[in-house]
Amino acid sequence: MNSENTILSIKNVVKHFDISGGFLDQLTIKKGKICLEKVTVKAVNDVSLFVKKGETLRVVGESGCGKSTLARVVMGLYPLNSGEIYYNGNRIDNLTHAQMLPVRKKMQMIFQDPYASLNPRKTVQQTLEEPLRFHNPDMSNGEIDDKIDLVMEQVGVDQAWIKRYPHEFSGGQRQRISIARGLILDPEFIVADEPVSALDVSIQAQILNLMMKAGRERGLTYLFITHDLSVVRHISTRVAVMYLGTLCELAAAADLFANPRHPYTNALLSAIPKVGEKGAKHIKLKGEVPTPIHLPTGCVFHGRCVYADKRCSAEVPLLLEQKDGTFVACHAVEEGRPID
Amino acid sequence: MSHLLEVRDLEVKFALRFGDITAIDGASFKLDRGEKLGLVGESGAGKSVTGFSIINLISKPGYISKGKVLFEGKEISSYSDEQMRKIRGNSISMIFQDPMMTLNPVFTIGFQMVETIQAHRNISKAGAEKIALEKLKKVHIPSPEQRLSQYPHELSGGMRQRIIIAVSLLTDPAIIIADEPTTALDVTIQAEIMDLLQELCASDNMALILITHDLGVVSQVTEKIAVMYAGKIIEYGPTDQVVTYPVHPYTEGLIKSIPGNVVNPGEDLVQIPGMMPTLTNIPPGCAFNPRCYLRQAVCTKTTPELKDVGNSVMAACHMRYKGDGRTNQ
Repeated sequence: MNSENTILSIKNVVKHFDISGGFLDQLTIKKGKICLEKVTVKAVNDVSLFVKKGETLRVVGESGCGKSTLARVVMGLYPLNSGEIYYNGNRIDNLTHAQMLPVRKKMQMIFQDPYASLNPRKTVQQTLEEPLRFHNPDMSNGEIDDKIDLVMEQVGVDQAWIKRYPHEFSGGQRQRISIARGLILDPEFIVADEPVSALDVSIQAQILNLMMKAGRERGLTYLFITHDLSVVRHISTRVAVMYLGTLCELAAAADLFANPRHPYTNALLSAIPKVGEKGAKHIKLKGEVPTPIHLPTGCVFHGRCVYADKRCSAEVPLLLEQKDGTFVACHAVEEGRPID
Repeated sequence: MSHLLEVRDLEVKFALRFGDITAIDGASFKLDRGEKLGLVGESGAGKSVTGFSIINLISKPGYISKGKVLFEGKEISSYSDEQMRKIRGNSISMIFQDPMMTLNPVFTIGFQMVETIQAHRNISKAGAEKIALEKLKKVHIPSPEQRLSQYPHELSGGMRQRIIIAVSLLTDPAIIIADEPTTALDVTIQAEIMDLLQELCASDNMALILITHDLGVVSQVTEKIAVMYAGKIIEYGPTDQVVTYPVHPYTEGLIKSIPGNVVNPGEDLVQIPGMMPTLTNIPPGCAFNPRCYLRQAVCTKTTPELKDVGNSVMAACHMRYKGDGRTNQ
């Protein structure tokens, strides 16, 4: 798993959020006794995966499955509960702030909402030069201006607009500026958290093309978080499917769409509305997504899975490699029980 | 024979400080019993305003400046508020986008449902509760008796949207207008809600106007489609025909820009350059002309009208009218 060309690998990452509040909120009465009880949201549970150099790995899943938390954990924005994160073979999750700085230069993030992620009180120029000045204090003003011009041109924003504020731009243009901010430090690795879901369809295509072009020109590696499956097939090398904080399936994009293994992946793919396909059959799941506060025992999907048996409700399935290199976490697949 | 709903040359304006802007510019469409129509467009295209204007829900400074809305042959666009209230939520119901915002958080589901029925019918509380229960069963909500005494926050997004559909069914409407009913929901839940809407239309012979930006959803659910751009319907016709052989270059671009639809994985997506103009500075001639690859001199001068282009499709494009060899055949 850890070959030469792995840029990022994460091992057994667990991230829980304590939402129990203050001391008084934690007080509960159980069997006539007063005790303290902590409530935690189990956002990411024991997730391991790796990203190869130059690939686009997509993490897909429905809201609340922990995909955005995973992105933030990778970027070091949230501390881990347990687990390890390696970047280019070096462990980065236990570094101090100062040790982390050179790594941060190489890893950049693009956020979902271009209305919230740009500082409304800074001009485009100020937004773009801040990371440059912070990470390269020796750079001259001329060098900085050249760099900004270059990046602005690459993302297709007119250089003459450099003195404008974010509110003067449309959503698509703002997202271009966010991308410019992500690219300005010449990173190797970009985490994009739903970069196009706030945009209109015709603008989505423009931004996706731009990101793909930047990826090709600069040899970028992307970790793309999304809930939109129609986008997934298009620009991914591999796809990781998450459900309730757990990884269900990790496969090459073409394989995943041609031959989904995990019952959840199957249901998810059948739910995508396709243009020109009338009355397509959806696989209906039973029940609702459980809350990540009280995780189901065993396989987190067993309560909604039509193939679940006793073992599924008792034992957590492991993410096992299949013959063709796909990873699937499902007892039914492991035992070769019929699934279709 | 008159249609169930007919919108004729509807024009909606918003009176702003610097003058009126036209949000909807001459929209016309028809709907029969049991028929499903999709209104598609990007944000700001005027699709929601069209939906609102059918039941006169346009608030100031907006107003209907021209055109008619006919429901069962009666001109409801000239009704007073009082008359309109008998139509709204009774014969024509509306489902809104965000299920969190539509239900009142401080009242139980049961209270809100009973209130709706009693507003339209002279019926006892027990009788109203019976109807509420029946409708909850109809939208396949598990343990419906229990839900009546629950508050909206106790339910998930998908469940809430089902409740809202149940509320809209309470008075057995002839038309449901659904404004982006699944945009706030996950794909698997979206599929379930869409299946439910289709099932209800079939069983109750109800008509549906589905307002959405998602062409995939529209092509699965509806029989007719109207594509809107900058306040105008630019293509109108049978859904299958329009999504397979789009006539207007905008519709064509919209369909091609959906990932995985036309190009192979890894290739660049087909993109429409530029962006939709804001309603305050719509370019002269065809509003789409600055982004169009077929643009000719005529496009920047005269506004194209919605004309028959064959195969029961209407389109508004100078370059694609019948007779120039570029129809949808």
